[in-house]
Amino acid sequence: MCLAFPAKVLEIEGDLATVERSGVKRKASLMLLPEARVGDYVLIHAGFAMQVVDEREVQIRDALVAEMNGLPRTVENLSGVS
Amino acid sequence: MADTFKLIKKISRLAEGKRKLRFMEVCGTHTVAIFRSGIRQILPENIELVSGPGCPVCVTNDDYIDKAIAYARRKNFIVATFGDMLKVPGSRTSLAAVQAEGAKIQIIYSPLDCIRLAQDNPHKKIIFLAVGFETTAPTAAATVLAAKAQGVKNLFMLSAQKLVPPALKFLLGDEQVKVDGFLLPGHVAVVIGAKAFKFLAEDFRIPSAIGGFEADEILTALASLLEQIDGGKVEVANDYRSVVKAEGNLAAQKILAQVYEVADVEWRGMGKISASGLRMRKEFSEFDIEQVEPVIIERVEKKTACRCGEVLRGVVKPTDCPLFGKVCQPLHAIGPCMVSVEGVCAAWFKYGGNNFTW
Repeated sequence: MCLAFPAKVLEIEGDLATVERSGVKRKASLMLLPEARVGDYVLIHAGFAMQVVDEREVQIRDALVAEMNGLPRTVENLSGVS
Repeated sequence: MADTFKLIKKISRLAEGKRKLRFMEVCGTHTVAIFRSGIRQILPENIELVSGPGCPVCVTNDDYIDKAIAYARRKNFIVATFGDMLKVPGSRTSLAAVQAEGAKIQIIYSPLDCIRLAQDNPHKKIIFLAVGFETTAPTAAATVLAAKAQGVKNLFMLSAQKLVPPALKFLLGDEQVKVDGFLLPGHVAVVIGAKAFKFLAEDFRIPSAIGGFEADEILTALASLLEQIDGGKVEVANDYRSVVKAEGNLAAQKILAQVYEVADVEWRGMGKISASGLRMRKEFSEFDIEQVEPVIIERVEKKTACRCGEVLRGVVKPTDCPLFGKVCQPLHAIGPCMVSVEGVCAAWFKYGGNNFTW
């Protein structure tokens, strides 16, 4: 039930944002996260942005998922990752 | 990001020579992530992971399902719900079964989708099944505010949201429940903040750690629990710092408090727990279907050998239930723990419990 995923805010119109994740775009409400700005990564739950996410965390997760799907390991190349 | 092998080694080192330790996770998403990632199989033998009442669908009682079914059967009503409520058995039948008989039930992704549904069906009453913990509750509250602002008059909530901290308190007061530490739900903490769990350390001296949902994040939280036990310093470790703040999401808390107030509510398997749930405030009673058009349901005592209530408190394992894997399976579930994909029994069934060996 409490599933959530990070997505990038592309556009904001009133309290509705267009967010993108792995090429999929959808609308998400910013009512619960009015401080979100275009370019932020936000955690989306049930169509609402819940919190701003550290962009580096998202990059690490994406790199690991890509690796699991058979692409070469790149996570060490990300800046600041030990 | 920590290295998985290092984490496992750290956990093994900290667990060595210790008595048997039981850690409870209180989030259905954690339950599933733990099984799927195989964490149970790599933990030292003296570390046991037990699931608590972390699946909102599972802790919802029969009465609520019966009410939802009664509304769904009425003409001019559409029940909107997250998909996982559909197959949950009430006292006699389920929403999926009455849908097959013709009742109007719409699966939605976001509570906000209900507003569109209400606008598209102006002569119908749309009821959203507002079930969930602190993560989901603000989304229902925000939907009510949006409906009010847009002048939507045919959208209503059937509310049964629950709060995690009072349930933890209840469990700690239950002598049957034996827990040495809590893996706390990351996305609940996003809303209520790490601070909301301070009572665990201050009042109960019990270790806890807020965890994310990737394998490494869960392992990090488990290592935190062991570090606390090892060092004798009890705290609420925040191991999901990328999104969890000490104070949580204040905007979400404000919207939630605007629409809902704290109330005593019933939990499946635990009975009524004081101040453990939410009900709509009087100012919003026009959106509360139980105020606008109450439905009276016959209270049926189900005779069943299902041990869901004990499973939810972590008192027995799914495999201790006489129905588990026999008459009770995901495609023919007797209890809600087997119905919900995030239910403890469903996870044990799907991933083979703890019996995996190399």
